[in-house]
Amino acid sequence: MSSVLILVDYADGKVAKTAGELATLAKRVGSVSALLLCKAGESGPLIEQLKSAPIDSVIVGESDLFATHGIAALAEVTANVMSEKSPQALLISSSARGKEIAARVAVRTNSGLITDAIDFSNSMIATQSVFGGSFTVHSRVSHGTPIVTVRPSAVEAEAVTSSPSVENISISLSPTSQLTTITSVQPAVKGGRPELTEAKIVVSGGRGTNGDFAPIEAFADSLGGAVGASRAATDAGWYPHTHQVGQTGKTVSPQLYIACGISGAIQHRAGMQTSKTIVAINKDPEAPIFDLADFGVVGDLFAVVPQAQAAVAAKKQS
Amino acid sequence: MVNGLLDRAGVDAVLNDLDEYAIEEALRIVEPLNEGLETPQHTITLISMGPDRATEALRKGLSMGADDAILISDPSLAGSDALATSKVLAEVIKSGGFDLVFCGTESTDARMSVIPAMLAERLGWAQLSFAGSVTVDPASSRVEIARMTDAGVETMSANFPAVVSVIEKINEPRYPSFKGIMAAKKKPIETKTVGDLGLSDVGLASAWSVVDDATARPPRAKGIKVEDAGDGGTKLVEFLAEKRLV
Ligand SMILES: Cc1cc2nc3c(=O)[nH]c(=O)nc-3n(C[C@H](O)[C@H](O)[C@H](O)COP(=O)(O)OP(=O)(O)OC[C@H]3O[C@@H](n4cnc5c(N)ncnc54)[C@H](O)[C@@H]3O)c2cc1C
Ligand SMILES: Nc1ncnc2c1ncn2[C@@H]1O[C@H](COP(=O)(O)O)[C@@H](O)[C@H]1O
Repeated sequence: MSSVLILVDYADGKVAKTAGELATLAKRVGSVSALLLCKAGESGPLIEQLKSAPIDSVIVGESDLFATHGIAALAEVTANVMSEKSPQALLISSSARGKEIAARVAVRTNSGLITDAIDFSNSMIATQSVFGGSFTVHSRVSHGTPIVTVRPSAVEAEAVTSSPSVENISISLSPTSQLTTITSVQPAVKGGRPELTEAKIVVSGGRGTNGDFAPIEAFADSLGGAVGASRAATDAGWYPHTHQVGQTGKTVSPQLYIACGISGAIQHRAGMQTSKTIVAINKDPEAPIFDLADFGVVGDLFAVVPQAQAAVAAKKQS
Repeated sequence: MVNGLLDRAGVDAVLNDLDEYAIEEALRIVEPLNEGLETPQHTITLISMGPDRATEALRKGLSMGADDAILISDPSLAGSDALATSKVLAEVIKSGGFDLVFCGTESTDARMSVIPAMLAERLGWAQLSFAGSVTVDPASSRVEIARMTDAGVETMSANFPAVVSVIEKINEPRYPSFKGIMAAKKKPIETKTVGDLGLSDVGLASAWSVVDDATARPPRAKGIKVEDAGDGGTKLVEFLAEKRLV
């Protein structure tokens, strides 16, 4: 029976939403094996959380070496599991880390790699949206075991109750996977807001905010959305660069993207133009962002945004 | 797009924006070390795989201050994917006796961000990627970076040799000076072919993945645009409600 291996992502003892998404795609091809690589003693609660995704078996590797040596260590173990289990494919989430692990596993197993897929079919054809969403591409791996990284939120995770089997593997690393030593980690401060790339709604602010993100944040909160920013805003230090949307920032594809005081430069559009619905608020009627917008308001964001936020709040009351 | 390959013939072979940060960072590390020396002890070599036109991009890097360049140009490399590209680049790096390789984090067209990791894996060197800052200590042959990604900031270090990729927040790349541009004209660019490297299984014919089809996304339907007359916010929310987004 064919099986697909997925690599489980987690942070702060919580399995990432992407695990369910990857499992949902993997299940189209065959049974689903989830590879969980974590610190010694950490796996218990993580395995529990995997029971709400369509997963048939969990392969658990516990070792403190992952925290010390990072990507190279994770890649070596993943490649070894691939060689041993001969899955039909390996799916990994398209984070910076996920793509780098995938890259190293591809080299180790001499397998083709497709990154940033937004879909994966039962015949293992990957769909990608490239050049800032201007092209849709279907491709497949023609050599080795397909390794595909999938963008967060690209597909809806199937909610199920599963009772996967659990297999523990022992971890040993070659010296070349231990060349890099991680000496300290400062996790990104997570506010109460959803993760930018996972959010269904993103409200972004640009130079037009003039440094005042309070109305943007308040509007995002009223919608239960995440806050994004243009590079002009992150470069000015108005908002953390981890929130930058665009070519050199995050690529987001939410149900709703609201651009406030953002002109819509090509590099910004590259990160948001596949959003399902786009709304723009800008005082310049000629701003290129309006070419993309399903709904545009020509006006001052400091008037329009608070009014919209109040209207959303009023709707919630009624 | 032509036959599922990116048709780069129509675009200028400019230096990838993100690679300028890598060159700048290398210069910032090497320049103080060479300061006051009769003959520079530390040199920077640019390596690129691309058609002959890529020499223009290399010339820009040389005019920023790099010492020399190697271009791997071979018609059989057209259509190379990341695995093939990393194989070719690793082969060149192996023979060069380098301590550190600096890369941008991704190309501005294909955007995979995987070459630095692939290079580290192929070379068996340390991987220090997504650096927002780099500190090099030549005396102890050690390099330390702050890796900056969504996940947060990690401090990591390794001995030479290492592959370092830098993010665009790391520095402000310099503009080549007139002197730099003139000097670059005399700097050597060595051109190699696949045969020179002793490789055979690269290029489109032996690619690890294939594109079945590519279709242009239909242009977005023209939207509604309203002038704020004191009710812009309300109208916006009415639109969202209609779309069932609130
Ligand atoms: C290599 C490279 C990579 C880049 N990567 C990115 C990237 O990842 N993401 C990104 O965003 N940019 C990126 N850029 C920068 C990009 O080119 C633009 O400079 C940037 O997106 C502009 O940000 P902005 O729209 O906020 O600012 P501006 O272009 O200055 O636009 C501000 C807008 O706000 C409007 N405005 C002003 N005041 C108000 C008000 N009170 N109410 C309503 N509207 C108002 C103005 O009319 C204007 O349209 C990159 C550039 C380069 C060269
Ligand atoms: N004649 C060539 N010599 C060397 N590399 C090339 C050549 N043509 C294309 N490439 C490289 O192959 C990769 C794929 O390019 P393309 O074939 O244009 O999709 C890119 O990294 C190009 O720079």
